[in-house]
Amino acid sequence: MNKVVSGPQEALKGIEDGMTLMLGGFGLCGIPENSIAELVKLGVKNLTCISNNAGVDDFGLGLLLQKRQIRKMISSYVGENDLFERLMLSGEMEVDLIPQGSLAERCRAGGAGIPAFFTPAGYGTEVAEGKEVRVFNGKPHILESALTADFAIVKAWKGDYLGNLIYKGTARNFNPMMAMAGKITIAEVEELVEPGELDPNFIHTPGIFVNRIFQGEKFEKRIEQRTVRPRA
Amino acid sequence: MLNKNQIAQRIAQELKDGYYVNLGIGIPTLVANYIPEGIEVEFQSENGILGMGPFPFDGDEDADLINAGKQTITARAGAVFFDSATSFAMIRGQHVQLTVLGAMEVSDTGDIANWKIPGKMVKGMGGAMDLVASAENIIVAMMHANRAGESKLLKKCSLPITGVGCVKRVVTDLAVLDITPEGFKLIERAPGVSVEEIKNATEGRLVIEGEIPEMRF
Repeated sequence: MNKVVSGPQEALKGIEDGMTLMLGGFGLCGIPENSIAELVKLGVKNLTCISNNAGVDDFGLGLLLQKRQIRKMISSYVGENDLFERLMLSGEMEVDLIPQGSLAERCRAGGAGIPAFFTPAGYGTEVAEGKEVRVFNGKPHILESALTADFAIVKAWKGDYLGNLIYKGTARNFNPMMAMAGKITIAEVEELVEPGELDPNFIHTPGIFVNRIFQGEKFEKRIEQRTVRPRA
Repeated sequence: MLNKNQIAQRIAQELKDGYYVNLGIGIPTLVANYIPEGIEVEFQSENGILGMGPFPFDGDEDADLINAGKQTITARAGAVFFDSATSFAMIRGQHVQLTVLGAMEVSDTGDIANWKIPGKMVKGMGGAMDLVASAENIIVAMMHANRAGESKLLKKCSLPITGVGCVKRVVTDLAVLDITPEGFKLIERAPGVSVEEIKNATEGRLVIEGEIPEMRF
């Protein structure tokens, strides 16, 4: 049950051109930055990436956009990235924009063995085009399908050899659902500990969802919008 | 005419003790600065926090603690973090009592457009579609006219919509208006703004009944 691998190189073994990847994070918060750097090195292409955002021009998934490694993005919000907007408007990259709650639930459903579900989000909008509509409790809902991925790559604060994970602050976001929805799930953590060191009462992602785990060498943890108030 | 802070201040009057509130990006964020005395509310940010506090002191910012606008924030005593699916369970499940959002256009039937300008601006809807589809009480905070001086309160939205018939109330620099089956019902005027000015600035159906009071701060 020891799922520890030596580093991102070993963790990403098996990722090939044309695969579908899920990548955790909200903005630059809670993104698997060591694995993203390795994906750039690997040079894999024609990827379909499922991630709430697409990073910024020079960090996060923006690094894969620069190298044109992504064929299709499935996201909810892609502002703050000029290159992304250019690639999308010119048609160089396919983009599927999904309401954030539907994206989270589609990943959760994918991991939980639920093939589809009805949600009110997006009814009457472009998002509903081509989707089945059904009325529940007098309110129209649209059918959304589950999402899964060849590899899910998540970032956690602490993890143990068995793949049990704990996230920190708002860096949790999409990571737990994506961890469930990968055929192979890779977790990069800030701190790798021995089994027993994490209190079982406070584990967020049970290790059963995780296949490979490693401690990231360095986390830059870039802040997108630094907002502060002056000290009194 | 109100400035953006005053719009936020007027919306803050809608807060009630015990409310869980989701504030969108822009003017809505400012509402948190004007919580009325003597009431307690909790702010939810859809990236995964309940009990959001003010911006951190200079030097205390934490990359793992942000709001949905990706700004560094703090967590109040009793705050809680959760994943995105749980966050939208709170929203979809109607556990959040008030949602305040910005908009590019609102129709007199309560449709809202705030996520896309075809061919120009395509940033995505983020959590807006989930919020407007499920929130029981949605207040829109926006300017009455766009930069070109055209009304943003329309018979029908010209931009791709975010949600159908969901907006309950609109607070602009000129007025407070409720969405009713007859259209925008004028509730209050901004100080010094006449009913005539509001009429001229509103493209959608406008209902004016009796004397319209000025907003009070």
